[in-house]
This record gives sequence, structure tokens and C-alpha cells, in this order.
Amino acid sequence: MTTPGSGAAGTTGHGAPADAHADWRGVATEDADELSASASSFLRGRSRRLLGELLRPHRRALWALLAVLTAQNLAWLAGPFLVGVGIDSAVPALLAGDAGPLVWVTLAMVGAALADTGLRYVFLMGSGRVGQEVLLTLRRRVFRHVQQLPLSFHERYTSGKTISRLTSDVEALAELLDEGLDGLLTALFSVLAIGVVLLVLDLPLGLVALLGFPLLFLLARWFQRSSTVAYRRTRQTVAALIVQFTETFGGIRAVQAFRREGRNDQLHAALNEDNRQAHHRAFWLVAVFMPAVTLIGNLVTVAVLGHGALRVMDGDLAVGVLVSFLLYLRRFFDPLQDIAIFYNSYQSANAALEKLSGVLEERSTVPEPPDPVPVRDAAGELVFDGVRFGYGGATVLPGLDLRIPAGQTVALVGVTGAGKSTLARLAARFHDPLEGEVRLDGVPLHRIADADLRRAVVMVTQEGFLFTGSVADNISFGRPDAGRAEIEAAARAIGADTFIRALPDGYDTDVHKRGGRLSAGQRQVVGFARAFLADPAVLVLDEATSSLDVPSERLVQRALQTLLADRTALIIAHRLSTVEIADRVLVMDAGRIVEDGPPAELVGGGGRFADLHRAWVDSLV
Amino acid sequence: MTETAAPPGRVRGRLSALARLWPFARPYRGLLLLTFLGALLATLAQLVVPLVTEAVVDGPIADGDRAGLVPLLALALVFGLAEAALFFLRRWAMNVSCLQIERDLRDTLYRRLQRLPVAFHDGWSSGQLLSRATSDVTTVRRFVGFGAVFLVVNLVTCVVVSAMLVLAHWPLGVAVLATSLPLVLVGSRWEARYNEQSRRVQDEQGDLATDVEEAVQGVRVVRSLGRSGLVFGRYDRKAVRLRELELGKVRTLALIWCLFEFHPQVTLAVILVGGSLAVGSGALTVGGLVGFVALFTVLLWPILSLGFLLAQAQETASACDRIGELLDAPLTVTDRPGAVPRPVGTPARLRFEHVGFRFPGAGSPVLTDVDLEVAPGETVALVGATGSGKTTMTSLVARLQDVTGGRVTLDGHDVRDLPLAQLRSVVATAFEDATLFSMSVRENVALGRPDATEEEVAEALRVAQAEFAHELPWGLDTRIGEQGLSLSGGQRQRLALARAVLGRPSVLVLDDPLSALDVHTEALVERALREVLAATTALVVAHRASTVLLADRVALLEHGRITAVGRHPDLLAEVPVYRELLASQSELAGAGEGGRG
Repeated sequence: MTTPGSGAAGTTGHGAPADAHADWRGVATEDADELSASASSFLRGRSRRLLGELLRPHRRALWALLAVLTAQNLAWLAGPFLVGVGIDSAVPALLAGDAGPLVWVTLAMVGAALADTGLRYVFLMGSGRVGQEVLLTLRRRVFRHVQQLPLSFHERYTSGKTISRLTSDVEALAELLDEGLDGLLTALFSVLAIGVVLLVLDLPLGLVALLGFPLLFLLARWFQRSSTVAYRRTRQTVAALIVQFTETFGGIRAVQAFRREGRNDQLHAALNEDNRQAHHRAFWLVAVFMPAVTLIGNLVTVAVLGHGALRVMDGDLAVGVLVSFLLYLRRFFDPLQDIAIFYNSYQSANAALEKLSGVLEERSTVPEPPDPVPVRDAAGELVFDGVRFGYGGATVLPGLDLRIPAGQTVALVGVTGAGKSTLARLAARFHDPLEGEVRLDGVPLHRIADADLRRAVVMVTQEGFLFTGSVADNISFGRPDAGRAEIEAAARAIGADTFIRALPDGYDTDVHKRGGRLSAGQRQVVGFARAFLADPAVLVLDEATSSLDVPSERLVQRALQTLLADRTALIIAHRLSTVEIADRVLVMDAGRIVEDGPPAELVGGGGRFADLHRAWVDSLV
Repeated sequence: MTETAAPPGRVRGRLSALARLWPFARPYRGLLLLTFLGALLATLAQLVVPLVTEAVVDGPIADGDRAGLVPLLALALVFGLAEAALFFLRRWAMNVSCLQIERDLRDTLYRRLQRLPVAFHDGWSSGQLLSRATSDVTTVRRFVGFGAVFLVVNLVTCVVVSAMLVLAHWPLGVAVLATSLPLVLVGSRWEARYNEQSRRVQDEQGDLATDVEEAVQGVRVVRSLGRSGLVFGRYDRKAVRLRELELGKVRTLALIWCLFEFHPQVTLAVILVGGSLAVGSGALTVGGLVGFVALFTVLLWPILSLGFLLAQAQETASACDRIGELLDAPLTVTDRPGAVPRPVGTPARLRFEHVGFRFPGAGSPVLTDVDLEVAPGETVALVGATGSGKTTMTSLVARLQDVTGGRVTLDGHDVRDLPLAQLRSVVATAFEDATLFSMSVRENVALGRPDATEEEVAEALRVAQAEFAHELPWGLDTRIGEQGLSLSGGQRQRLALARAVLGRPSVLVLDDPLSALDVHTEALVERALREVLAATTALVVAHRASTVLLADRVALLEHGRITAVGRHPDLLAEVPVYRELLASQSELAGAGEGGRG
């Protein structure tokens, strides 16, 4: 959406203007961006709780810091007071020939300055340390939490959103802790302390100075209310920009090959402009708030000056007191501006905290068992006992009974949507069944500790995801304590050794971003070697061989035969060549097993597998 | 993540780093000037209050003249109002200008990045790109609207107030100025250190973001191997290092703050002593001293803020450097000067002529002297072992990368002589990894041809056997990809295929387009695809016989060279390497037994 004022960078790309395609994103079920008032206050409470939890371990440090701050402010406040004393008593004394008071006042000022500076250093370092501790705790906590959330969460929430939670939202809090905390504490303290000093210095003048308070209070309330909404909106527009950005550069090949750049320019410009407007709204509030504080401050100053001057003329007030008073007044209103700055970062941090606390509230649907049954050296017998499962109302497996004896290799065959992947995921406990249970060696999976389960059951998916680092690093992901010899042995067993050695640095070759240096087939083979190194009792292969070229697939299949010999395996494969090495084939349709038997037997029969097999043989020619 | 670090020993003025912002600020210079004037005048308006105070003390108070108080108070009131009004004006002008500058800068960066070659993107983690487009751009915005303005305003204030101080009482004024010298010297040293530290922090944040990305996107692998602990440990080490770097930054900043806090207080003491002596000797009135002190307090904030503003300037300079690294990256794949659209037929003739390709900085070439001709309407399959250069070869046609030797031609025109817009509209590519974006099915399929009609989209979906799209909850308007409905690998691949065949391109480049399909679907897709292939020139990377059968001829690629071209049955019979690549295990076993028998 482009406004007339959006300037040069708006929509200069070719094609129609962006708003003609406002629905380009399509429709999804999860657009819960707009919030009702009650939801909003619920979110506030939740994020405040999180902030409280984060700060609680540091209460002592925070109290100590407050003490330091108090001392520092007292030292700081001494300055104007001493100037007043100097003018009212030291100068007359000096005029009378006595330099003593002046010397004392000066020494006191230098001493106060030293104390102020030293304490300030202690405070800044201390609050910096607390802030960084809090951030580290939050980073750790969110990262660990996200890691243990179920796959269904990741599929629903999508990586872009999760990434922006862990990066930009955490950084918004960092900003608050960096700039805000110091500013707020100093400001609040100054305002309080100076308020007291003003009243003590001269009560009537102090009361005049405090006239501005009710106005300030109303102003702050208005600002707080309206800026909450404005800043929440900015978090959303920022997130939308991040999604657009990461998707564009994640799929840059497709973007360039399909000349998507122009259209993307428009879409990005529109999102960017949305973001600008959201920020404009939020900053506009600040632009009103801060000058209003200044205005109130200046009005009060004039009132104090007038009132004070009259009283000095009446002889009720010393000139020095009036001067100190005016100096303090300036120091009273300046920190109020800091409060606006603090509120600024508080609001954006708060919006970020709302999102973070939401993620932290997500519960794992496959929780760790409270009293796990130890499973060491599993034999690998898998039993599905009356298993029913579905996603969001749609039933995928209506009721499955299946026993896979230890050591058996089972191939799952069937059209897309037949429930093969679901069955595989249940076996690896990426989900828990809605009814019935899945058992490994007689122990329900939900009673096995995650560490034991992952040692016993490993799933290899079709993605072949590689992490930053060398090829060897990626293989050793299967068993981090493996030595180089074991890594190479695993690669050899799986038939990956040859191509790995042919890479520029062999096993030490950096795989680059997402393994971009390797072909999809090579990535899968590395993923395979990884699983081999992990040496589980049960291996689940979900379309793991789909992108392999024939020689690679052949190599892997040779390896598979030895690899699968002494372990239970569940293989989902579209290529029937993979199926041929299975002991048993299960043909699935609409979540049920419709054929079950050794491959040779099924080929001979007249069922669906026989049809599939014929089609496959035809395709080989 | 090493390529992101700045080249060591960069000798470049910080000012020149900031200077590259000027083109972005220029369109808004009027507003920026307004921001600047607002800030300057508001600061000057502040100066009036101390002067009025002095006048009140020396005038009406000394004389007991109550009536004389009124005009002075009215003056203070007017300037107090003016200060607030100017303050508002400044914030308003700043918001309007800076947010637009931020937007423009981010748009420019995004545009530039989209046009940088694939080779560039292979070398940069997207976390690093993201942190530059978000936090670095925001740093710039903050500086332009606030830091830069106040750096100038505060310096001006310092000069003006200093002048006023010298005029008010020169010995005292000079003394105040003399105390400021060491401040500047020590301050600049610490600020240089701060700058270095903040750059390291920014880099570390980028690396941390990369870790996050990998952990989230590779969650299936991490989960199925139970390696959450390992991944967490990796992240944690970086997070801890980031904290250490941040603390270093905090320490330097604390020193700077303290310096700037200490200085004015000591100066105030100097003023008091000097001022008292001056009053004692009759060179200054009490009112004069009061005014002097009040004037000096106006200096406090400008001096106090200088350290912070300079730090911000440094931070912005390094943000500019980081953004500059992206903006300065060479656009190696661009329109040649004088590239004009040339007639390219549908189908077109595609030729590789002595094509060589080598990654920048790599030792051995990926492709060597590749010659291949695909006649109009012909389909050629590209077969080769993993790593033989097939995918590289396909990327040369649409110029996702440029050849490093020889040339690729379409109907006799070097692809580099065609405008990219034309080239990429006549060549359509489907990649090995089916990339879908978080938008509607329709938008995804019509990616390269937003003007495609409903019928054309439906036709493309039919050819790719992707008609399941009509059955999605909102039909073709259903959002898919990252932020929408998740699809299976086969479904994704079919949509990517539909995208490629939409609008019947002159040349179709398919990189193993059917790998994720089950046998049944594959057969259906092949049948429909044949119609399309009959009318277009196609280069198809094939990993299995079924895909090869779509082609009229097959080219065998070995170690970056084409070693055989011919019909599938002929190659199968005559070329052992080819047989090795395409025959299934059972067939090979059969052949082996046959050989022995």
C-alpha cells in the first residue's frame, strides 16, 4: 500500500501497482494479528511476568545498584547546592577577606565530582552486567525451549517467525536493557530526589515547582496507552519484512530465474512502507510527548522565577537559593525526557516480550516422561497397538495394529496421503498417538526418556539438511564423540567416501550455506552416513533416497543391505528399487494397511503392489 | 562464517563511511535542515532563560523594581514556548525524513541483493544479510535523525556558549575552554576502541543469527538424532562470547560517560573559584556570576552528549561499512551495454559453444570445452554422475551464473547479449529444490508471469499433475510455503514444475524435475509433460531412465566434459559408463551374471 508521500523508492518496478495485488499472500488460518482489548491486557500480564522472572535472580544486584545510584545521585546533586552556598556565603566571606569558605566549597565540589564519577562507573558496569546476564538467560531459555517444541509447532509456526523471535525480538529487549534501564533508574531517581530537595530547599517555591505534576501525570498516561498499540503494530510490520527478506534470499535462484525481482521490489516496498507508517505513528506520539514535557517545564520555570524574584525582593529568600533552585529545576525536567526514551524502548521490548512469552508458553506435545523406563541396547521390536492419529480434526490413521519384529526391514508403499509419513513419525515419536500406543521392546515410546529414544530410533528425512562446518562435522553429528576414523568408516560403509575425498579439502571441505556445495544426492548420502554413525536399533527412512541418482542410490542400497541387517528398519520409498531389499512390504491406503507380505509374494499376487511394481519396471526400460 | 569479517587493516576515514549516506539523505535535505534548525534554535532559546535570570537578579531584584519583572518574565515565557514548539517541529521533521531515509535505504539494499549473482548468495549466510538490512539500517536511521543533528547542534552550542562565556568574563571563559582540551583527546581514543568493539559485536550477532536459522530449519535432523544438546552447546558458546564482547563495549562506554560526567563538575568548581575572585576584585557582579553559572549549565548536556554522540557516529560508520560491503559487491551478471531484445523463436535453438566454467578462486574447472546443440523443439537429457557439472550447466542458460569460457547461444545470440529480462522470460527453469514462497498458490505458479490468465495457470497445473491445488481449503488462493500450508515434497515439486511450464517458454531447463514423485504420479506427469516438450526446446537433468525417456537425445557429462551424445538405447548398448549410471542394480546384476554365463 503506497501513500502519496511515500517518495521515490515506492513502486517504480514494472507491472501493476502493489495494492492491486493486496491478496498476493493468499489466505491462511493463522492470522491472529489483531487483538481484542482483553487479549491485549492478557498479553501485557504475560510479558510482564516474563520480565519479572528474568529479573528475579538479580534482585540483590539490582538493590545494590539502586544503593549505588542513590549515593551517586546525592553526590551529583551536591553540585548546584554547593554553587548556591558558594554564592551566598563564600563570595561575601571572600569579599570580607576570608578565603576559607571558598576553599572548602571548592574542595567539596571536586570531592563530590569524584564520588559521582566513580559511583557512576560502578553503576554502569553493574547494570551492564545484569543486562547481559538477563539476555544470555533469555537467549538460552528461548533457544532451548524452541528446540524441544514438537515438529507440529515448527510446521505451524514456520522458521521465519521462530527466527525473528530469537533474533530481532531478543535484540529489542537488549536495547531496553542497554539504554533503557540506566536511563529509567537515573531519571526516576533524579526526579524523586530533586523533588525532595526542592521542597526542602524552600517549601513554597517547591510547591510552585510541583504545580506541573498533575499535568505530567495525565500526559504520561495518555502516552503510555496510545503507544502500547502503536509499538505492537511495529513489531508485526518488522516481522513481515523479515519473512519477505529471508524467503527472497533463501530462494534466490527461483527469484532470479523467474524474474521475480521487480515484483519482489514492489512487495518489499509495500511492506517497508507499512513498517515506516507503523513507526511513524509510534514516533509521532513521542514527538508530542517530549515537547509537552519541555513546555510544562518551561512554564514552571517562569512561575518559579517570578515567584522567587518577588520573595527575594521581600527579603524572604536568598539569591543563592533561587539560583540553586533554578539549576535543580532544569535537572528535574531533563530526566523526564529520558523517561520518554525509556518508554520508547520499553514499548518495543514489551511487544517483543509478548511474542517471546507466547513461544515460551507453548508446551511440548511429546513431553519427557516423569518416570522414564530405561531402555539400553534396544533390540528394536516395534508394535503399533490400536493407534489412531490425525492432524487438527482430520483422521489420518483410523486404527492401526502392526508388529514389526526386531531386525525386520519393512517398506511402506502407497500414494501420497496414505499415511506412510505419519506412521514413520509416530515410530520416531515426533507425535504421540491420539489413541493406542507405539511400543519399542514392549515399552510405550512416551515412557522412554528422549536421550534413550533417540539413541534407539533415528529418522532420516528427505531434506538432507547440512549445518555450517565441514563434511566430517556434519557426519559426526550422528555421534559427536566419534573420531575421524569412525567418521570415515561410516562414510565408506555408506559409499560416500569416494565423492567426499574428491572434494577440494576432502572431509574437511566446508559445506557452505545449507550444504550448497553438495548436490541434493550428496547431501542425502551425508545424512545417511550420519545416521549410520548413530547406529540406532531402529532406522526410519522417510523418502530418504528420493533425490539420489542411480549410482548413488545403488551405492546406498548396497550399504543399506549391510546397514539394515541387524536392525529394525521402516522405509518409505517411492522408488521400488529400495523396496526390493525389504523383508516385508506394507501397502497403505487411507491410513490402513491393505497388503502385507514379502515383496516377491506381493509381486506375484494381483494386488496394488503388483500394479505398482509393473509400472516401475516399465519406467526402467 | 569468515567471509563476513572486514578486511583487516582497512584504512578508511570514518567520515567517508558516513558520506555514502548522503545520496539517501539528499532527497530529504529540506526536512533535515528543518530538523537541524529546530534543534539549533531550541537550544539557543534555552540560552535566554539564564540571561533573563541574570537580568532579574541584577535588575528588578537589585533595584526592588517589581514592575520591571513583568517584561522579563514575559520574555522568558515566550522563549519557553518557542523552545517547546521548536522541539516539536524538530521531532516531527525528523520522523518524516528519517523513516523515509530508512525505508529507501532498506529498499535499495533489498533491490541490490536481489540482483547480485547466485555465487554471491552462496557465500553469504542469510543471517548476516538480514542483520545488515534490519539492525544496521536502523542504526543509520537513528544517527541521521538524531545523532548527526545533535553532533552539529551541540558543537555549535559549545562554540556559541563558549563565545558568550568569553565575552561575559574572558579570564573565566578561557579557563573553561582550557579544561575542555584533554576531554577531547582522551575521549576520541576511547571512542575509537568503542567503534572496534561494536563492529565485533555486530558480526557476532550475525553469526548467532545463523546458528538460530540452522537450528530452526534443521530441526527435523536435530530432533531425529537427539542432538539438541550439541546444537544448544554450539549456540551457547557463541551467546556467551557475545556477552563478553558486549561487556567490553559496556566498559568502554562507561569510561566515556564518566569522563564526560566528571569534566563539567570540575569546571563548575573552577568557575566558582575564579568567579568568586572576580566578584571579589569587582570585575564581575554577583548577577554576572549567576548568569555565568547558568550559562555554563547550558553547556552540560552538549558536552555530556558528545561522547555518546561520537560513539553513535562510530557505530553508524561501521554499520555503513557493513551495508557498503553489500552495496559494493559487484553485479557480475548484468545487461551488457547495448543489450537489446533480439528475436528468439519458440522453440529456440540452444547451443553451448566451447563452454568452460570455473568458480571464482577454485582450482579445477567445473566445465571444460562443452559443446552441445539442442535443436528447436528437441529435448536433450543431461546425464552424469553426482558432481559432474550438470546443475552448473543448467544454471548457465538463464545466466544464474556466467560462463568463464566460450558462450551459450539462443538462436545464435550469445545469452549475455540479450537483456536479462528477455532472457529469463524465454528460458524457464525448475530447480532440484522446489522453492515455494509464502504466498498464494496462484502467485507461486505465476511467479515469472504475473499476467498469466486463469486458463494458463490451470493448464500449467494440469501438465504438472498439480490439480490438487484446486482442492486446497481456499483453492488457488490458499497460502502455502513457509508461512502457510505445508505441502509434501512431491506436491512442492509439481507446483515448481507448473511454474516452469506456465506460458510455454522457448527454452525449458529442468533439473531432475520428478525426483520426489511416486511412480504412479511420475507416469502421469511424464505423459502430460511430453505435450509441452514437443513444442519447446528443453534441457533436462536426468537421474533415472524414466526421465531420460522424455528426451530425444542424451548427453553424457563426465568430469565437466561431454563424452557421449546419442539416443538412449544406443548409449545404453555402447557406453559402459552410461550403463553404469542409468541401469538399475538388478539389471546390472543380471548383466553381470549374463556375462559370466
